[in-house]
Amino acid sequence: MAKTLFDKVWDSHVVRSVKDGPDVFFIDRHFIHEVTSPVAFLGLESRGNSVVYPERTFATADHNTPTINQHLPVEDPLSANQLDALENNAKKHGISHWGLGDKNNGIVHVVGPENGITLPGATIVCGDSHTSTHGAFGAIAFGIGTSEVEMVLSTQCIMQPKPKKMRINVNGKLGLGVTPKDVALYIISKQTTSGATGYFVEYAGDVFRDMSMEGRMTVCNLSIEMGARGGMIAPDEKTFEYIKGRSLTPKGADWDKAMKYWETLYTEDDAQFDEEFNYDASDIEPMITYGTNPGMGMGVTKSIPTAANVEGGAETYKKSLGYMSFSEGDSMIGKPIDFVFLGSCTNGRIEDFRAFCSIVEGRKKADNVTAWLVPGSHKVVDQINAEGLDKIITDAGFVLREPGCSACLAMNDDKIPAGKLSVSTSNRNFEGRQGPGSRTLLASPLVAAASAVEGVVTDPRTLLTA
Amino acid sequence: MAYDKFEVLTSTAYPLPIENVDTDQIIPARFLKATERVDFDKNFFRDWRYNQDGTPKADFPLNKEIYAGSKILVGGRNFGSGSSREHAAWSVYDFGLRCVISSAFADIFKGNCLNVGVLPVQVSPEFADKLFDAIMADPKTEIKVDLPNQKVTLVATGESESFDINAYKKDNMLNGFDDIDYLKNIENEISAFAETRPF
Repeated sequence: MAKTLFDKVWDSHVVRSVKDGPDVFFIDRHFIHEVTSPVAFLGLESRGNSVVYPERTFATADHNTPTINQHLPVEDPLSANQLDALENNAKKHGISHWGLGDKNNGIVHVVGPENGITLPGATIVCGDSHTSTHGAFGAIAFGIGTSEVEMVLSTQCIMQPKPKKMRINVNGKLGLGVTPKDVALYIISKQTTSGATGYFVEYAGDVFRDMSMEGRMTVCNLSIEMGARGGMIAPDEKTFEYIKGRSLTPKGADWDKAMKYWETLYTEDDAQFDEEFNYDASDIEPMITYGTNPGMGMGVTKSIPTAANVEGGAETYKKSLGYMSFSEGDSMIGKPIDFVFLGSCTNGRIEDFRAFCSIVEGRKKADNVTAWLVPGSHKVVDQINAEGLDKIITDAGFVLREPGCSACLAMNDDKIPAGKLSVSTSNRNFEGRQGPGSRTLLASPLVAAASAVEGVVTDPRTLLTA
Repeated sequence: MAYDKFEVLTSTAYPLPIENVDTDQIIPARFLKATERVDFDKNFFRDWRYNQDGTPKADFPLNKEIYAGSKILVGGRNFGSGSSREHAAWSVYDFGLRCVISSAFADIFKGNCLNVGVLPVQVSPEFADKLFDAIMADPKTEIKVDLPNQKVTLVATGESESFDINAYKKDNMLNGFDDIDYLKNIENEISAFAETRPF
């Protein structure tokens, strides 16, 4: 039977299938961070197990870390404790560790690809739902819980039923000011926040073929926000070009051998999907969310829909708008904002900073806006400086912070205060996600930049020249 | 991470008829800083359960005396979406719940529940509505969750529905086993497999 890309990668990692149960699924690469791993190490030790393949696990500190003064001791004792636990566990079990201050440190889903840990055809897991990011390379990558983190440490496998398969095709050309983030938010708005539950998604079509690796990562990153276990894109020349020569990618004869395998990683013409959707690139405009889940998004120039015919039922919908202090039919354009956040594993890469700078260059930050610009890794910082983007940022009245998850999830010092409205390039607008009582509008780096200079929600197309 | 065996559970239930309840609500990120699994019940639904001054919100179902001690939570569709934090499943368990019933679960949350001894029971939207209606009409409504027979029943009326669970996971829940027990038993097979991986 003709195979999909997903079938090829999945089937080659099944150690055995349990009768009427899950597959024993082998994991090539395991990322750990400070939040979801300490209890796994405790479990491992209490059972008297050891880490079976320490060279397959990679540790980085990101969720809890401050984004200023990283050279000083971490002030919050609980955060410091978790960061210490990660470092100690890594050391004790022979796992490579990129702690705060390390030149390779950054957000797990940014540093993995940058260092060549993420490879086509690999299976990758991490105790973090946005592990789906790595699917951009033709890997099967998804988030797991702490029990599973312990499972991978002690056996290099998890027990996982094979998900169903969905293909999402987007064909045509994207319009001016429409970015990969908009493509993802558009798809999620169509699928709803649960539309792909139980599925693994392959993204196909012109739009993804034309997209940069950074853009593909943004799209795959957000797969989880429509309920999918993960998303993936078939590797191509662009993929191989991106990974070649990175510190941990195969070299020499190993590279040639790997390439032979990677070139087989595509969906065969007559392979079957359980579900398939087609969207037209020309229907997509810069997007913004208005509610409290990522499925509640729309074109930035549109008005908030009325309760009739929305996903989640009228009661849930009204609760959501109540939390946001918005009303049905409100226009988003022109709404005054308080914060802008550029960063996160969704949009903390170099391309996102280039996009942001394309708007703010020669303009000034609005006085009413507090902006946090947070690169995803030290390598991104280096690129920002090398390309002179730091000067554009500073001249426009912004300040660049140090790498980390920052205001994506309110686990570190960067929290949006209660009631304040933030245009954020992060991945979730859940109640309190960016701080108790905070209100989040998810958007692309272009929408964030335009809103940061105007002080109100702004269509970036009004500030761009073709 | 052992848990108590699950066989047949008969209990009243907390109703939470809200859709898309995400794991950031079940336990907000600021409470994930522990390095041990202790006391996750304290911040279970923290921001929905308490006012900012720390006083309980009287109208939130988990605070209502009439449901106190229930071991089942009936939630709205797409329960447990968002973050993969297993802390959410721990907080369900630590709060004293052994079963969550919904017409749809998010995948990772469902998997986490099964791994920590919380049974996720997926029912039809119609049966979920029936459960909500019954609990709203009478908070003392008892629900029987029979894992061996894969059946959930409204005790008062006898109305019931079957639910799915794969045989392997069912066996684990019935015996209090987990995946690591299984995987450690086939260590040699796994290491032979690992040898064949190209990278």
